[in-house]
Amino acid sequence: MENELFSIDGSMVDWSRAQFALTAIYHWLFVPLTLGLAVVMGIMETIYYRTKDDFWKRTAQFWQRLFGINFAMGIATGIILEFEFGTNWSNYSFLVGDVFGAPLAIEGIVAFFMESTFVAVMFFGWKKVSRGFHLASTWLTGLGATISAWWILVANSWMQYPVGQEFNLDTMRNEMVSFVDVALSPVAIDKFCHTVISAWVLGAVFVVGVSSWYLLKRRHVEFARQSMKIGAIVGLVASVLAAVTGHHSAYTVGQTQPMKLAAMEALYNGGDDQSLTIFAAVNPFAQPDWKNEHEPPMRIAVPYALSFLATNDLHGYVPGINDIINGYDKSDGEYEVPLSEKMVRGSYALTAMKAYREAKRDGRNNELEVLASEFQENMPWMGYGYVKEAEQIVPYIPICFWSFRIMVGGGCLFILLFCAILYFLYRKKSPRWLFHTALWCIPVAYIVSECGWLVAEFGRQPWTIQDMLPTWVGVSALQSSSVMITFFLFLVLFTTMLAVEISIMCKQIKRGPEL
Amino acid sequence: MNTMNHRNFFSRVWDLYYDGFRNMTLGRTLWLVILVKLFVIFVVLKLFFFPDFLSTHAEGDEAEFVSHELLNR
Ligand code: HEM
Repeated sequence: MENELFSIDGSMVDWSRAQFALTAIYHWLFVPLTLGLAVVMGIMETIYYRTKDDFWKRTAQFWQRLFGINFAMGIATGIILEFEFGTNWSNYSFLVGDVFGAPLAIEGIVAFFMESTFVAVMFFGWKKVSRGFHLASTWLTGLGATISAWWILVANSWMQYPVGQEFNLDTMRNEMVSFVDVALSPVAIDKFCHTVISAWVLGAVFVVGVSSWYLLKRRHVEFARQSMKIGAIVGLVASVLAAVTGHHSAYTVGQTQPMKLAAMEALYNGGDDQSLTIFAAVNPFAQPDWKNEHEPPMRIAVPYALSFLATNDLHGYVPGINDIINGYDKSDGEYEVPLSEKMVRGSYALTAMKAYREAKRDGRNNELEVLASEFQENMPWMGYGYVKEAEQIVPYIPICFWSFRIMVGGGCLFILLFCAILYFLYRKKSPRWLFHTALWCIPVAYIVSECGWLVAEFGRQPWTIQDMLPTWVGVSALQSSSVMITFFLFLVLFTTMLAVEISIMCKQIKRGPEL
Repeated sequence: MNTMNHRNFFSRVWDLYYDGFRNMTLGRTLWLVILVKLFVIFVVLKLFFFPDFLSTHAEGDEAEFVSHELLNR
């Protein structure tokens, strides 16, 4: 066993991460459209309910059909992530088992009952149940999917900001001590709001883009204009809310994961009155020299905007990468200790853990209490006990930096797009350039949405559990070749599945609504 | 009366699913995709590519195994 443990090499960690990222990215291709279309089709059916106009029934049915395709394609893609936890990230899974158990079990039950009942009524029930009951089922289908997302996001948030748990040295697991703290942590709330709202943006872009296609082809013009109107209103509201919730997420990240914020901004040396970078020549393919460079070259920035984004104060202090490594005074007056001290505290935690396990094995029960309290005192920094040099705790800056810019740039682009669409609909004009732009915004929205996750997940590296467990400890001692095989297997499988989805979706769009 | 209502409710639910499945058009293709996917995920991937690492390596004492891993990385 010893040999196997010491054979953990960097490439195995990287392949395991790549495999997980590939699965998560693929899974996230389906989720936002499910959440987003649910709102649009819910509104359309509500209009049908109120007006009794058959046109709206047909319109809602068309978008429900596309919803159904996406729903069917996305089902169970998330399960693969759970397999990967058990196989590739077994140390991590074992450590968190008890904390995740409850949220994921609730998610499973809610998803199964709500979705299997209400989706069935939505698709099969048009002639079988009353209009009101059908409408309620449509909204509840969306609500069920949103509640499912909540629990998954709670689990993700706990990894970024572990609260409400205690580490048990006997079972070697984190045990939940406060369900409320886990379920309603500030990170979980922000993540839920921003993620769900960003999904509405994507759904709206999809509706506006597909409607544009009909208008470009001059088919189903009235249907397309009406759908576009609803899509654009939902989209405009959601895009503005995405910026508001995004701002709040940035504030929370600044408080809980300052290194992520520094990487997103390529902020090597922080301070008060920080400006937000709009553009800088950060090489997309290499980690910059954050130790020696003052700031990235060719930087264009908005004065004070980063301080405002991260602290809600135009003059607020934002730490850079070097500040976090060297220690700094936080805005609440507390001192954030330097990396060197965290490393010492981390190794104390591991030493106490080792001593505790040995004392327990040898039956020296009188020593356990002291060792346990020594461990708990240093536990918040346990993960730093595995860190050997500063480079290991700095996320890969180019991906964080560029993904953040693509996400925020996309958010601004969508606000403009929806305003322009509503303006031209109001003026009863049909500029083809705008419809072409809207159509191209469909893939852009997917890229923007995935970039959000790249920011969130690359930015928290190297931690599988923030400050507690780095990736190279959470990973299982597998052979990198076997992880590589599954990576490519997935690539083929996922690409095929995606091609099938896109082809079914395009066929249905070409067929058009049954008006 | 009550029993009538119950039977009525259950037969209506049965009716909903039965007619729904019988009259599917696009749904047939989607179910085929779902079933193939579930087969690939639960049979091929789970059985051949994703064994539970701890149950195959920990020899019954998972806490001991994980503590060893945590303390020797
Ligand atoms: C316009 C201004 C926006 C700002 C300031 C913003 C800010 C942020 C921040 C700071 C995060 C990281 C949160 C974390 O790590 O906990 C994030 C994540 C994310 N963003 Fe945005 N965002 C914006 C727009 C958008 C748009 C338009 C979309 C998609 C249509 C989007 C989708 C996402 C997603 C999916 C995540 C990952 C989930 C999460 O961590 O919340 N964002 N965003």
